[in-house]
Amino acid sequence: MAADDTTNGFYRTGEPIADAKAPAGAIEERWTTRKFEAKQVNPANKRKKKIIIIGTGLAGGSAGATLGEAGYHVQQFCFQDSPRRAHSIAAQGGINAAKNYRNDGDSVYRLFYETVKGGDFRSRESNVYRLADISRQIIDQCVAQGVPFAREYGGLLDNRSFGGTQVSRTFYARGQTGQQLLLGAYQALMRQVDAGNVELFPRHEMLDLIMEDGRARGVVVRNLIDGEVKHYTADAVVLASGGYGNVYFLSTNAMGSNVTASWRAHRHGALFANPCYTQIHPTCIPVSGDHQSKLTLMSESLRNDGRVWVPKKAGDTRRPYDIPEDERDYYLERIYPSFGNLVPRDIASRAAKNVCDEGRGVGPGGLGVYLDFADAIARLGRDKVEAKYGNLFEMYERITGENPYDTPMRIYPAVHYTMGGLWVDYDLESTIPGLFVIGEANFSDHGANRLGASALMQGLADGYFVLPNTINDYIARNSLPPVAETAVSEAEERVRTRIERLLSIDGDRSVDSFHRELGHIMWEYCGMERTEEGLRKALDLIPALREEFWTRVKVTGKGEELNQQLEKAGRVADFFELAELMVIDALHRAESCGGHFRAESQDEDGEAKRDDDNFGYVAAWEWAGEGAQPVLHKEALNFEYVKPTQRSYK
Amino acid sequence: MKLTLRVWRQSGPQDKGGMVEYKLDDVSPDASFLEMLDVLNEKLIASGEEPVAFDHDCREGICGMCSLVINGTPHGPERATTTCQLHMRKFKDGEVIDVEPWRAKAFPVVKDLVVDRSAFDRMIQAGGYITAPTGTAPEAHSTPVPKPDADRAFEAAECIGCGACVAACPNGSAALFLGAKVTHLGLMPQGQPERWDRVVSMLDTHDEEGFGGCTNTGECTVACPKGIPLDVIGRLNHDYLKATAGGKKR
Ligand SMILES: Cc1cc2nc3c(=O)[nH]c(=O)nc-3n(C[C@H](O)[C@H](O)[C@H](O)COP(=O)(O)OP(=O)(O)OC[C@H]3O[C@@H](n4cnc5c(N)ncnc54)[C@H](O)[C@@H]3O)c2cc1C
Ligand code: FES
Repeated sequence: MAADDTTNGFYRTGEPIADAKAPAGAIEERWTTRKFEAKQVNPANKRKKKIIIIGTGLAGGSAGATLGEAGYHVQQFCFQDSPRRAHSIAAQGGINAAKNYRNDGDSVYRLFYETVKGGDFRSRESNVYRLADISRQIIDQCVAQGVPFAREYGGLLDNRSFGGTQVSRTFYARGQTGQQLLLGAYQALMRQVDAGNVELFPRHEMLDLIMEDGRARGVVVRNLIDGEVKHYTADAVVLASGGYGNVYFLSTNAMGSNVTASWRAHRHGALFANPCYTQIHPTCIPVSGDHQSKLTLMSESLRNDGRVWVPKKAGDTRRPYDIPEDERDYYLERIYPSFGNLVPRDIASRAAKNVCDEGRGVGPGGLGVYLDFADAIARLGRDKVEAKYGNLFEMYERITGENPYDTPMRIYPAVHYTMGGLWVDYDLESTIPGLFVIGEANFSDHGANRLGASALMQGLADGYFVLPNTINDYIARNSLPPVAETAVSEAEERVRTRIERLLSIDGDRSVDSFHRELGHIMWEYCGMERTEEGLRKALDLIPALREEFWTRVKVTGKGEELNQQLEKAGRVADFFELAELMVIDALHRAESCGGHFRAESQDEDGEAKRDDDNFGYVAAWEWAGEGAQPVLHKEALNFEYVKPTQRSYK
Repeated sequence: MKLTLRVWRQSGPQDKGGMVEYKLDDVSPDASFLEMLDVLNEKLIASGEEPVAFDHDCREGICGMCSLVINGTPHGPERATTTCQLHMRKFKDGEVIDVEPWRAKAFPVVKDLVVDRSAFDRMIQAGGYITAPTGTAPEAHSTPVPKPDADRAFEAAECIGCGACVAACPNGSAALFLGAKVTHLGLMPQGQPERWDRVVSMLDTHDEEGFGGCTNTGECTVACPKGIPLDVIGRLNHDYLKATAGGKKR
């Protein structure tokens, strides 16, 4: 399929995206230039300006705290009972920053370089440079908030290394870095709530966007406790609503993570970029049975000391310690001698899949590889290993019932993070004026593959430092009249109609059963390895299942009460539409890129083959209406500093 | 596994509520407690009944959203384990299991097993933070933190705010939760300037929210899924006394 095929029947090609609004000039200067050119809002006026933020994770929490502090009137929403429970809390491994505290040659430029390369040249240089630069300030900010990062005996901050890099630049708080960073942001946010600058709405779910004159002017939410549908208007709306990995049903995401906020905005004209870019994480606990509701990540920092292997012989069912050294295949060390167990996630994931496909996988169903700490325990002693990874080992034991000090862990790749998301420009503004998107919900910084410890960095960079600088400009440049009643009532009406529709189907299949089936299709045909044939098959299966959903789903209870089935049903309904777009995106991208191995595009060694000439762009999709073909807009990616090369970790 | 569940059902805050019995006969020992409830709910939906409402999100033992008093114990029988990380292999085939919501005056029931824990947020709002406006922070290495302090602060900071301590306490006190925050921030050099105001306003809010007083029964630390040690309460009391003796009571 040619890259610009417009008549394939799945999509149409529209105008390219001409400008992502990054200033010209040397990359080191662009952010300074942008900040200088931005118009400011008079501090006395900020109080009269209202900003709505959806989400209280690292991105939303840090943004709310900072905008509240700046004097704006912020209204902030999340679906959990407290902002502190946002999915960010679960991040284990760490956060990168180019502090060069190890004196190992790290620099802003190196972090920038590695992030662009690690993303397989599908992210924007300007954004990534800014991210690498801000990374240093993030650590300062979090330390000042009292985040208890790991320290050395001298009292200075400790670091470790993480998959895909050879310098030690990852800051961490044992295996709970996300928790500690989120609590820092949450506490800062709570301070603003107390000061009256932020109004908090926990257990509220955004179900639609209020649009007027083509601008985002507010949201319609459902109070999850009593089911009341309400609206809130503002000068600007910020989505910090996280990723959509749960489209696969099984993933490492929290159960409530969903795409609804982004999807509703997409249907109003916000482009959705690179939807098929899903990160598959190599070190998760394998699936144990049909009852399973989610997958648990084992931090990739484990690969610093753990060695990955499988038996050399297919179908070897001996217990791990009955298999002698010379009958083991430490395949990452063998194939990628210079990075070994620390290869990036996409490489490690696919290598695991390959050995399992050869019949050498271990554990039930043969879908697992060993992550072995025997050498580390012999070398460092059990105590040291326990100090470093103790809580992860405990978690593993709880879930599997096996003790990883005595027997190697079993791991397998799982859906973890979505690099796609709403398209934003350099200011983090979507194609809907007044709608800003930050954190995992946007697409901009990671390309086709996210390196470890960079999502936390991006969420906090966006929330603490980037958005608070760019949103001023929008507010200062636009005089926004009060929102007309019709715009509000139309939006509310859409939400009510949809809720009633879901409740009135009264079919015979549960929401979860549909979600599971959709997830299965997505994993099978739009997962780690994709083929044109499989993707086309998915495009038959998904619409059929969606139709069945809208005729057979059973949503119990009423709208005017706490109704968890209704919440799920709305989310799964949006997942169906997103899933189809993901598959179309994957189908049109006939190259292997990042974690997305397109079987038709590989080299002689079976390594992924990228096709920069035909696909060196961001695919940003426009919603064209229900049942209509989506429209593809391409944003060309220019690499002035990091010249695209084939990645090699050998 | 075959199980008999007795689950607290309560349609809303005004409803009286009561235990309802359900039988399950095909529970996998590898399932988590919440996955077992998922199975129950699928069964209820299939038979046209309303599924049981319960809180959960991460299912990894870190968000603090899951709750449940299982056989009289918050988060169930296994030490230092949240309900979402509790697996059915810890129960016996044929067992009868009682499932109830957190019980505490300051945590009103919303529906079935879901309670309102927003009082925790309000205690944090009262001072559970360090005032560090964005962009004003000094270079991170300009303030070293002795490793033992950093480690102890980290241990206290591990609190997930689930509320099991309150549910376990005969007085419905949130002293462990408060003590954890006061200890975390009070051990860091960055937390010193606001240390005394923090403890006073947080404790005052604690009392206003309807949490009971601490009488050192220690049930909280036993129930805590993160093993927050009882000595954080000692530190809380110490700081409070010192602050109020210094005239900080508002
Ligand atoms: C197990 C695990 C480990 C990880 N480890 C690391 C790591 O070590 N390093 C790293 O850099 N990254 C890591 N990540 C990735 C990283 O944690 C996430 O990408 C990041 O935290 C996302 O933050 P966020 O603020 O964008 O979104 P989230 O934290 O997902 O927050 C989303 C928020 O939006 C709200 N929301 C969503 N939809 C709605 C709606 N419709 N209405 C109202 N509210 C809504 C939610 O309530 C929530 O508050 C990990 C992820 C997982 C799952
Ligand atoms: S669901 Fe998050 S701690 Fe249990």
